[in-house]
Amino acid sequence: MFSNLMAWIEQRLPLMDAMNKHAAQYPAPKNFNFWYVFGILASVVLVNQLLTGVWLTMNYEPSGDGAFASVEYIMRDVDYGWLLRYMHSTGASAFFVVVYMHMFRGMMYGSYQKPRELLWLFGMLIFLVLMAEAFMGYLLPWGNMSYWGAQVIISIFGAIPVIGDDLTLWIRGDYVISGATLNRFFALHVIALPLVLVVLVFLHILALHEVGSNNPDGTNIKKPKGSVPPEEQSKFAFHEQYTKKYDIVDAIPFHPYYTVKDLVAVVIFLIIFCGVMFFAPEGGGYFIEAPNFEPANGLKTPEHIAPVWYFGPFYTILRIIPDKLLGAIGMFGAIIALFMLPWCDRGVVKSLRYRCTAHTVNLIQFAICFIILGVLGTLPATPLNNMIGTIASFGYFGFFVAIWIYSKNEKTQPVPERVTGK
Amino acid sequence: MKKFILAVLAVLPMLAIAAGPSLQLDEANNDLRDKASLKRGFEAYINNCLACHELKYQRYNRTFADLGISDADGVANYMYTGEKAGDHITNTMPAKEAAKWFGSSPPDLTLEARFRSPDYIYTYLRSFYVDENRPFGVNNKVFPDVGMPHVLQNLQGVRTMDEHGNLSEATGGSMTAEEYDTFARDITNFLEYTGEPNKLERESMGYWVIGFLFILLFFAYLLKKEYWRDVH
Repeated sequence: MFSNLMAWIEQRLPLMDAMNKHAAQYPAPKNFNFWYVFGILASVVLVNQLLTGVWLTMNYEPSGDGAFASVEYIMRDVDYGWLLRYMHSTGASAFFVVVYMHMFRGMMYGSYQKPRELLWLFGMLIFLVLMAEAFMGYLLPWGNMSYWGAQVIISIFGAIPVIGDDLTLWIRGDYVISGATLNRFFALHVIALPLVLVVLVFLHILALHEVGSNNPDGTNIKKPKGSVPPEEQSKFAFHEQYTKKYDIVDAIPFHPYYTVKDLVAVVIFLIIFCGVMFFAPEGGGYFIEAPNFEPANGLKTPEHIAPVWYFGPFYTILRIIPDKLLGAIGMFGAIIALFMLPWCDRGVVKSLRYRCTAHTVNLIQFAICFIILGVLGTLPATPLNNMIGTIASFGYFGFFVAIWIYSKNEKTQPVPERVTGK
Repeated sequence: MKKFILAVLAVLPMLAIAAGPSLQLDEANNDLRDKASLKRGFEAYINNCLACHELKYQRYNRTFADLGISDADGVANYMYTGEKAGDHITNTMPAKEAAKWFGSSPPDLTLEARFRSPDYIYTYLRSFYVDENRPFGVNNKVFPDVGMPHVLQNLQGVRTMDEHGNLSEATGGSMTAEEYDTFARDITNFLEYTGEPNKLERESMGYWVIGFLFILLFFAYLLKKEYWRDVH
C-alpha cells in the first residue's frame, strides 16, 4: 500500500531520486576536516532564524509607538518568549560566525577557483543579503542603538553624489528614521529578504552539487570515465548522474556518513550556542548592546555608536577614510573585492597545502587584519585606532593585490592525485 | 593551523590598550535568589522611587508571583492607587510637567539594570553629595549634573565631596552607612530582577539543555564512529 503510493508519487515527481542525487548517493570527498562543518551549521542557524522569527512575528508590533514595548511583552508575558527572542538574537551573531568561517574555508582551500566561481558568487550574494537582513532586523527592537546605528548606516548612502539625499529619503520613507522606516524594514526583514535568502541558499547547494565539493587537498575526486581501475574506485554506490561521466575516487555518500559526522558538529555547536544563549545572551554587550535597553530617542545620541560586531570590519574601513564618499566606496569595495576573488587568483593549485609560502603568509595576514578591523569597529575612533585601522585596511586590500601578482607564476608543490587523508 | 590560531590570539591583546578609561563602580554583590532582599527592594522602590520612575513593562502580579507574595497581600500592601493586580507598575506623573520640573522627565527604570548595570545603580544611589550650584543642592559623582534631588537624603544623610573627589562620611541620616548600603543593594537587586524577570529560569533551564546536549553528543559520537568504520 505504502510502496504503491511512493511509486505513484515517484513517477510524477522523482523525490527519492532527488534525495539520492543530493544526499544518499552524492559523492563527498572522504577527507573533509573541521573547516567543512560550517556550511551545515549555517543551514542549522538559518532554520533557527526562520522558525523563531515566525513565532516572534506573532507577538511583535511593528510601529514606532509599540515596537519596544512589544519586545518587552515577548520577554515577559509570552510563554517562552524570552527563549525565542534570545534564540533569534544569538542566532544572528552565530550566523555571521559560521558564515565568516565558511568563507575563510573557501579561501584556504581554493574552493572559489574554477569550476566553482558561480558557487562562490552565490555564496557572496547570500553574505550580502544576510548583511541587509541583519541590519534591518537590528532596527526592529527599536532601542536607541537600533535607531542610531540605522541612522549612521543609512546616511552612508547620502554620500553618493547628486542622488544621495533623495536616496536616503527614499530608504527611510521620512526625513528622519521613524515608524515609517521601521514598518518597511519589518516587511523586508520578515518577507522579502528571507525569501531571497532561501532561494539563494537553494541555488548555492544546486551549484555545489553540479560541480562537486572541493576538499582540503584541492584534488579532483571525479576522474575521467575509464581512467581508474575498478578496485581503486570508491566502493560505494553513487547516483548515475555522477558515475555516468566519471570514475569516482576517495568519495563517500553524503548520507549517512556526513550526516552522522555533521550531527556531532551540530551538537558541539549547539552546546556553545546554548552556553551563550542561556548564560550570556547579551554576548558581553556585543550581541545585544546595552544602549538598546533604552527606547529609540531621536534627541539622545548614545555616547558611542558602535555597529554590531559583525559589521565591524567594514565599518572600520568606512570610518578611517576621512572623505565620506571615498569611505563608502572603500567599504563597498571591500565586499566587491571578495566577489572578485575567483578572478584575482590566477593560480591553478587550489589548496594552501600545495601553494607557495607567500600565499599562506598572505592568508594569515588577511585573517589577522580582518579580525583587527572587526575589533576596531566596536571601539571609539581615536587617532591610534585609526592608524591601526589604516594599516589593517591596507592588509585587507593588499591580500587581493598580492594574490593577483604571485599567483601568475607561482612556485607550487605537486598536488597528489588522490587525497592524503590528513 | 594551531600556530595560526596562536598568532591571531597573540595580536588581539594589543587592541585592548585602545579601549578608553571607564568609571570606577562599586560592586553591588546583590543576589537574585535572595527573595527577602528582593521584597525589601520592591517595597523601597514603591515607597521612594515609583512616584517619579515607572516600571511600565513589569506587572504587579508577576512581581508578586516571583517574589512569593499572594495577590491579595500584594494588592493590600503594595498597591496604593486602586489598580488591578495585572496592571503594569506605573505612576500618574505627567511627563511634560515633569520635564519642566527636573529638566527632563524621569526615565522608566524597568530595564535600567540592563541599560547601565547593577553596579552602576548601586554606586549611583550611594554617590550623591552637596553641590550648591545645582537646582536641588545636590550632585552625583557617577552621573554629573543629574536632574534628580537626593530623595533618600533623610535615610543616608548629607555627604560632601573634597577637592580630590572623595565623598565624606554621611551625617544626619536615619540609617547607618551599613544599613544604607544594604538598602541600596536591595533596590539594585530588585531592579536587576525587573530588568529580566526570567533570568534565574533561563539559567536553570540552560543547565538542563546543555546537560542533555552532552548526552546527545556522546551517542552522536558513537553513531559516527560506528558508521565510519566502513570508510576507514
